[in-house]
Amino acid sequence: MSDTARRAAGRLAPVVALAAVLAVWQAAHALHLSAALPSLGEVAGDLAGAARDGTLLPSLGGSVLRTVVGFAASVAAGVPLGLACHRWTPVRVVCAPVLNALQALPAAALVPVATILLGGGSTAVYGVVLLGAVPSVAVGMLSAADQIPPLLRRAARTLGLTGARAAREVLLPAALPGVVAALRQGWTFGWRALMTAEVMNATPLTGIGSWLNRDKENGDIGGMLAAIAVVLAVGIAAESLVFRPIERRVLRARGLDAEQSRP
Amino acid sequence: MSAAISLESVSKRFAPAAPPVLADVDLRIAPGEFVCLLGASGCGKSTLLNLVAGLEAPSAGRVRVPAGRTAVMFQDHALFPWLTAGGNVQLALKARGVPRAERRAEAERLLALVRLPGRHDARVHALSGGMRQRVALARALAQDASVLLMDEPFAALDAITRDHLYAELTRIRLALGLTVVFVTHNAREAVRLGDRVVLLAARPGRIAREWTVDLPHPRRIESAAVAGLSAEIIDRLGEEVAGADV
Repeated sequence: MSDTARRAAGRLAPVVALAAVLAVWQAAHALHLSAALPSLGEVAGDLAGAARDGTLLPSLGGSVLRTVVGFAASVAAGVPLGLACHRWTPVRVVCAPVLNALQALPAAALVPVATILLGGGSTAVYGVVLLGAVPSVAVGMLSAADQIPPLLRRAARTLGLTGARAAREVLLPAALPGVVAALRQGWTFGWRALMTAEVMNATPLTGIGSWLNRDKENGDIGGMLAAIAVVLAVGIAAESLVFRPIERRVLRARGLDAEQSRP
Repeated sequence: MSAAISLESVSKRFAPAAPPVLADVDLRIAPGEFVCLLGASGCGKSTLLNLVAGLEAPSAGRVRVPAGRTAVMFQDHALFPWLTAGGNVQLALKARGVPRAERRAEAERLLALVRLPGRHDARVHALSGGMRQRVALARALAQDASVLLMDEPFAALDAITRDHLYAELTRIRLALGLTVVFVTHNAREAVRLGDRVVLLAARPGRIAREWTVDLPHPRRIESAAVAGLSAEIIDRLGEEVAGADV
């Protein structure tokens, strides 16, 4: 296959995958695998209805805004925490196992506790998002820093770069691929935790989670699937519009881009 | 004459109970001298280089480098992969305080000196192994140190590229009057390049013997004189290795 053909195939792959999923869905509907499963057309209609009746945009905006704020706070807390674990062994000994354990904790387990401790409103939701994303960012930063090649550290030292200058000129750029991975994972964990928190939260906040919850109570499966489609779309958009382009840029500058270096 | 580098009764252990890696090494290197440290794997030659570079501290004895700053070149080029060839050189210039406005021109000059003119903006991963070592040499030269420490810098290269770089290194170090300590396990390479070859014995690392290489430059690695002296050194190296029971 020529390079151009391979690249075109690479671009088409997600479209083909999406088409395949939709085809399986439609087939399942046609075969009546589940009596409740609506057709694609019905879900599309529900999505259009949500857009018309003012459910879609405020929900989308509310959830995305909460994730952006929660993500920013998680980065502000998780990055220094991960670096402190890397730099000081006692901090690592105490914090790293805790962070790893928290990372394995499903957000759903936290929501009832957060609701009681922090009230039912947005404070509890942010608490769950932070507990979901901070460990993920911190653990990712720790491994990014741990994976800086020792030879590059020595090279920095022999050039006379130490302390903050070494960090700025060598250590951060050397860790950057890992840093991007840590941020991406933090975003994903934060987004998932937010959805859990919004669905389970006592006081409904304008967001996709409460949209999903409301349609569940109304027995509107088409509306629920429309909401899930929006959740998926946000995840895909963050990946393909933000994280993947940044990652490719970082990797390409280092000659590590998989697509470019494939023989 | 005052030494550029002097080691007095230097010993090095990596743990208090561990056997010494280097024991009681005395070595004086004159300004402008090119000394090759030759030895089998594990004889402590890289450790000796790291002591001179200040990357390690001696357990006993004194390491002095009156010549001042040292620049280091490793076997792996150790270039920063997110920077261009010129960016790597410029970072060394920045580290020693060269004003921004002068860095680009100086980096171009140094790359031309190592025979990589016009490669300022080349990505490190787009260069061949030999070119990467040239960039590493340019980066080391950018430190403007009078002492260049080289740890098997050409070991990973093919013979033809290596031969080119021998000639370049000899030309540059003579032109700049650099003091060079060059670690190698290749006796021919040591005789091709060095003014003096210091043979290190292993366990513990110590100086077994020295040879002064009194051959005029340019030398050729396949010349009879280089081959003759390296044969003598290799024989002696063989005795050391056999004696060490490895």
